[in-house]
Amino acid sequence: MPKPKKRFEIMTSKCRFVHLRIKGGTLTHMMKRLFSGIFTCVSTFLLCLLLSYSVQAQELPTDAAAITAGEALFNANCKTCHRVKTKLIGPALAGVETRVPSLGWIVNWVHNPAKVIGSGDDYANKIYAEYQKSQMTAFTSFKDEQILSIIAYVKAEAAKPDAAPVTAAAGGTGSGSSEPSAYLDAILVGMIIILILLVVILILIVSALRKFLDTKELSEEDKEIVNSPITFSSVTRSPGFIFLVIFIVSTVTFKSVIDGLYSIGVQKNYQPKQPIAFSHKIHAGQYEIECKYCHTGAAKGKQANIPSTNICMNCHSQIKAGTNTGEGEIAKIYAAVGFDPATSTYTGKTKPVEWVRIHNLPDLAYFNHSQHVNVAGVICQTCHGPIQEMDVVKQYNLLTMGWCIDCHRKTDVNTKGNAYYDKLVEIHNKKSFKVEENGGLECAKCHY
Amino acid sequence: MSTTKKTYWKGLEQLKNDTAFVKHAGKEFANIGVEEDPGHSRRDFLKMMGFSVAAASLAACETPIRKAIPFVTKPMDADPGIANYYASSYIDGGDYCSVLVKTRDGRPIKIEGNVLSSVSTGGTSAQVEASVLSLYDNYRLRGPKIADKAADWETVDSEIVAKLTEVVGKEGQIRIVSNTILSPSTKLTIDKFKAKYPGTQHVQYDPISYYGVWKANEASFGTGFIPSYDFSKAKTIVTLGADFLGTWLAPIEFTKQFAATRKIDEDHRDMSRLYSFEANLSLTGANADYRSMVKPSESGLVATQLYNLIAAKAGKAALSGGIDKIANLDKAAEDLWATKGSSLVVSGSNDKNVQTIVNGINDMLGSYGSTILPGLPVNFRQGNDEAMASFIADAEVGKVGAVIFYNCNPVYDHPMGAKLGAALKNISLTVSTGYTEDETASLTTYKAPDHHYLESWNDFEPKKNLYSLSQPAITPLFKSRQAQESFMIWAGAPTEYFTFVKENWKSWFYGKADSGMDFQSWWDKCLYDGVLELKSDATGSVSFTGDISAAASAVSSTYKSGNSALELAIYESYGVGNGSQANNPLLQELPDPITKVVWDHPILISQKDAKTLGFTNDGESNTQMGTLTVAGKSVTVPVLIQPGQAPGTIGISPGYGRDKVGKVAEKLGVSAYPFIAMENGSLTSGILSGVNLAKTSTAFQLAQTQTHQTYMGRHNVIQESVLSEFKKDAGAGREEEKITKWDEKVAPSSLSLWKGHTYNNHHWGMSIDLNTCTGCGSCIVACNVENNVSLVGKDEVIRRREMHWLRIDRYYSSDSTNYTSEEAEKAAENPEVVFQPMLCQHCNNAPCETVCPVAATTHSTEGLNQMTYNRCIGTRYCANNCPYKVRRFNWFKYHDNQQFYQSNPAMNTDLGRMVLNPEVTVRSRGVMEKCSFCVQRIQAGKLTAKRERRPMKDGEVITACQAACSSGAIVFGDMNDPESAITKLLKITKDENGAAGFDKKTGNPRAYRVLEEIGVKPNIFYLTKIRNKEGVAEHA
Repeated sequence: MPKPKKRFEIMTSKCRFVHLRIKGGTLTHMMKRLFSGIFTCVSTFLLCLLLSYSVQAQELPTDAAAITAGEALFNANCKTCHRVKTKLIGPALAGVETRVPSLGWIVNWVHNPAKVIGSGDDYANKIYAEYQKSQMTAFTSFKDEQILSIIAYVKAEAAKPDAAPVTAAAGGTGSGSSEPSAYLDAILVGMIIILILLVVILILIVSALRKFLDTKELSEEDKEIVNSPITFSSVTRSPGFIFLVIFIVSTVTFKSVIDGLYSIGVQKNYQPKQPIAFSHKIHAGQYEIECKYCHTGAAKGKQANIPSTNICMNCHSQIKAGTNTGEGEIAKIYAAVGFDPATSTYTGKTKPVEWVRIHNLPDLAYFNHSQHVNVAGVICQTCHGPIQEMDVVKQYNLLTMGWCIDCHRKTDVNTKGNAYYDKLVEIHNKKSFKVEENGGLECAKCHY
Repeated sequence: MSTTKKTYWKGLEQLKNDTAFVKHAGKEFANIGVEEDPGHSRRDFLKMMGFSVAAASLAACETPIRKAIPFVTKPMDADPGIANYYASSYIDGGDYCSVLVKTRDGRPIKIEGNVLSSVSTGGTSAQVEASVLSLYDNYRLRGPKIADKAADWETVDSEIVAKLTEVVGKEGQIRIVSNTILSPSTKLTIDKFKAKYPGTQHVQYDPISYYGVWKANEASFGTGFIPSYDFSKAKTIVTLGADFLGTWLAPIEFTKQFAATRKIDEDHRDMSRLYSFEANLSLTGANADYRSMVKPSESGLVATQLYNLIAAKAGKAALSGGIDKIANLDKAAEDLWATKGSSLVVSGSNDKNVQTIVNGINDMLGSYGSTILPGLPVNFRQGNDEAMASFIADAEVGKVGAVIFYNCNPVYDHPMGAKLGAALKNISLTVSTGYTEDETASLTTYKAPDHHYLESWNDFEPKKNLYSLSQPAITPLFKSRQAQESFMIWAGAPTEYFTFVKENWKSWFYGKADSGMDFQSWWDKCLYDGVLELKSDATGSVSFTGDISAAASAVSSTYKSGNSALELAIYESYGVGNGSQANNPLLQELPDPITKVVWDHPILISQKDAKTLGFTNDGESNTQMGTLTVAGKSVTVPVLIQPGQAPGTIGISPGYGRDKVGKVAEKLGVSAYPFIAMENGSLTSGILSGVNLAKTSTAFQLAQTQTHQTYMGRHNVIQESVLSEFKKDAGAGREEEKITKWDEKVAPSSLSLWKGHTYNNHHWGMSIDLNTCTGCGSCIVACNVENNVSLVGKDEVIRRREMHWLRIDRYYSSDSTNYTSEEAEKAAENPEVVFQPMLCQHCNNAPCETVCPVAATTHSTEGLNQMTYNRCIGTRYCANNCPYKVRRFNWFKYHDNQQFYQSNPAMNTDLGRMVLNPEVTVRSRGVMEKCSFCVQRIQAGKLTAKRERRPMKDGEVITACQAACSSGAIVFGDMNDPESAITKLLKITKDENGAAGFDKKTGNPRAYRVLEEIGVKPNIFYLTKIRNKEGVAEHA
């Protein structure tokens, strides 16, 4: 069935990077080679012309703005495969600007590596061979200055001395919350001491009174009362004791019932076993792969999207053994996507991976990732916790309505650079305002 | 309080103060047909125990494991949770609409109009809106069948080819029978089939025939065609029974055009005038400025009379025949002649002779080239009644060796269907490509089901040189196959139909379009747009050469005035139409715009005839069954007394009484198709003789929503005037209510108990123009689909528990306020009609909000009255306190409940559930619900603007009802945006005198809020209804 033509393209530039390396790609590549074989002379000449022109025209920017822009681009697009100082899937990029034939070469390479390789370029083919003929993704939409800014960032980064290993920086953060609880403890201890003192005083008073009454002439009945011993049964049968016991039991029961009811459907710390032992600690933590590289929907739609296996294959067509699990787990991806690692070909037999869903909002609550990630600029960890430290992902937060509302009360609306909010900023006298003040607690913002 | 001199009433029972009506009128929740509490038994106790134990153990359980299964290879443009829109074309026989299909996660969930099409101009109808649920019809064939056994395509194909070859070998006749085919590529596949099998003939017919119009044009102008009409250019429109706003030819397009002539404001105080001469009270008649009742036996004579009146002015010879004493006819002729060149006369008759006379009238009026466009013929109706009749005759005598029914159901929807059904047994090869096993398919040996239109590739030519495409919005659900591919396979040249269409377009249109693009880009653009409109001279010119006096004498012999016998006037239903979508509960539960009946089709009679025949209706729609006999065929049907029904006529609609249709429409009504007769070579819907109606002793209760939700005697909900008054004062008809303080009378807005609300960001509001709303009801269906509104079935509607968020109140009115019962009868003979869409008014001082004990309904900072289902505990205080009666209570769990399987398949079957809108919660039992102003669309629109870091644009958010409204009566938008259409239309400004200080007021003299005097300050404004009538002011 041919593909229907969609009426509205809903697509951001991000998803262009999610390219597939399937049979078609190799075929195109071969065709391109054929093409270039026929027109070798012409293309080489044109390329030389282009390169020589580019070299003269292009210089590395040095201003801070370009370097910052380059950093953002690098983190979002390159970091999956490249590091500045270490070799990952692709080569370490430090010194790349001097290593390659020219800056123009880099620009052409990034735009379309296949074309540069196909043109018979020596350096390109050398790298291509060195990296087991795995070809870099083409970034056709990048402007020349964007590519140069990335290189500028790489250069600046390479010039920095190696940072000392980061030691536990979170030392001071706990103190803020521990202070009030220590204070409470002190009060509690003080009150217990006072209570004990009171009991002692009461016992002293009672014995003093008894001694005083002993000296008096008393009737038989009164004597009996005064001398009646405090036995176990007299205590347990006293109304005060019975009341106390009933009170404590009913309070504890009530509290636990209420707590129990409130915990229905709350799955904090839910950490199910997944069909593939995928580790966020390695991917997001150690390799610092941008979250949105895999969770493509986070910035553009309701669902963040659990990545389809073709995204895994962007790297795992090359990386065939994992850090923790060796080949066993990665083989599951191959089974799902129908990839034969021995021959590096696709068999066409696919079977989707059935992940266990961890974060389950009830159907009556509407949550949209793009509102939070894209518009508000909330980082993933705010809700999902330190995901980059989790080998197995668990639900880190409560995800209850109270928890949502709490954040909407505390958080400022991210109005910066967003013309949508201009009128509201004006109304609030250019001061920041909370989500709550913009109707963030209203029912129909999430329930409809 | 009211200053009007008119009486508005929703039904005869209200006008006559029927006791059953009075009993329930004041109640929000009427106790109708509800069983008394049976008391509790030991079994109930055990059930409760069981439930408690189950609930307790359920609560203790771990949450079930939910799987999340991503794509293996995600298509570039398919993102979970993000809707895609595909341009396509709705098609049902000759009915056509260019549409956008909204798909979520690969499932079509909503149909909207395509504004790029000049044929359907972005409008939709109830049937178009509902068609998305027909895709998920449980009655659809799951795959090919031979007789009653499932088969595979290879077997079916080889057997069919073998039999076809055998028939051809014997030099037998093969017929392909279909409704109108709009698709040029489909016709080509049929031609290829014909070439392979000589002796094949293609017969087209239409359930509602227009063959007479085609033949009249052939007689008048030499070539047979049906022209395009342009009502937007007409200043005077006269319709002789053509319900062009409801069902006639292309109602979506005509509604849009007609509405353009009815849009008035302070600067533009002129509008068209519509005369209607008809037997049944139609949607067009209801919207007419002058309506006269004409019996079918007089209809032809009215045309002759009108011709003679115009001819007298034009200085032409008069025709023989005619009829006197038809109210308003002389006036209509005056007006037609006065606006010569921008006048239009249309006739709903399928009699060639009547249509020829109408052509003659239009010719004298200079309508051709102005309001009638012969240069732009339409292809909507190509059916040939004579060819179809001779096919059935051939089939009966065994002359036909093989027949293929292409997506049509003549056994049901042709008058001679029963004969055809019997004849099918004698035909050696019978094939049907319909996607359900309908009356015809069930009698054929081979069922080769086609895809639903939402699964198909196809092309269409609805009008000359205007083309469109349809593309699949979902992978086929079942093992069906594109019928065109079937034809090609049987013709021995298997082709993928998509490639076929594309290649055809390349050779037919690519060159002509001259787009300057390469073919692939041009094709992509055509698919993206959904339409391809080639330039041509639409006006055209024709010269009238018809033999009009012959036509007139034929008319005189057919039609006679003074017929005292009963006559039958068959009209097309607004909901189920010709019956092809009868199994669609969205259409079954759509109240008929006029009768307000759901889930049935009573026959309609006038009060006068009811009295004679002894029929009575009461306030709970209790009626009696009557036996209707036409030419020896009898049916027993409930009888409804309908104001406006011409005395001496009986109205009945086809589309019901289907035997093989699926659970929804099973055993509903009777079929009226057998009553349609052949007259002068075409099928006629007016039966002039041999009609008899007799009362039976069987009682029957109809489900009729007309008197549900009344306003307890508050009369000024409708504010209207006439054009002459409006010309003098744009505020004519407005009733400026005043509140009495101790010393003076003040405007209601200046007093308030409440502080009011500040709306910093947006302030959503709506305007509804009563002058352009035709009452068609497509907004209701659109709302149902968009908001997952439950359909409750006939019994629950009788108990007044329909769930529609949007209803259209239809009021009759007459010029007095105090009646004796005889006068009331007279007033109800031919009343004026006005339609008022009524939905949650989103009051700024909402009475519902203040009485909710759990704050489940609250006010937003954008002016919305929010309803939070998960907080609602079902006290129903809000509904009791709502002055507009727009809140609906879920008396039952309508989803996952087998009791509602029949009426609500969208929530009770796996297939049906695919249509649900994932953005909107499916409500459960015991909670209140109501219009949300499509808050999910508002939120989505805001989010898009925020993501793109720009302010919102007007028109970015439109509600489902507005999108569905062909006439543009509904305008929705941000009243805080000075540039928005609604702000400009209503001339919204800050109300300095308002009690709250944040209030807005409208500067449009026509705009009013319903029940303004109670001070709830709705965010919905209505624009007064202005009738283009002579007459005095209605105000004291």
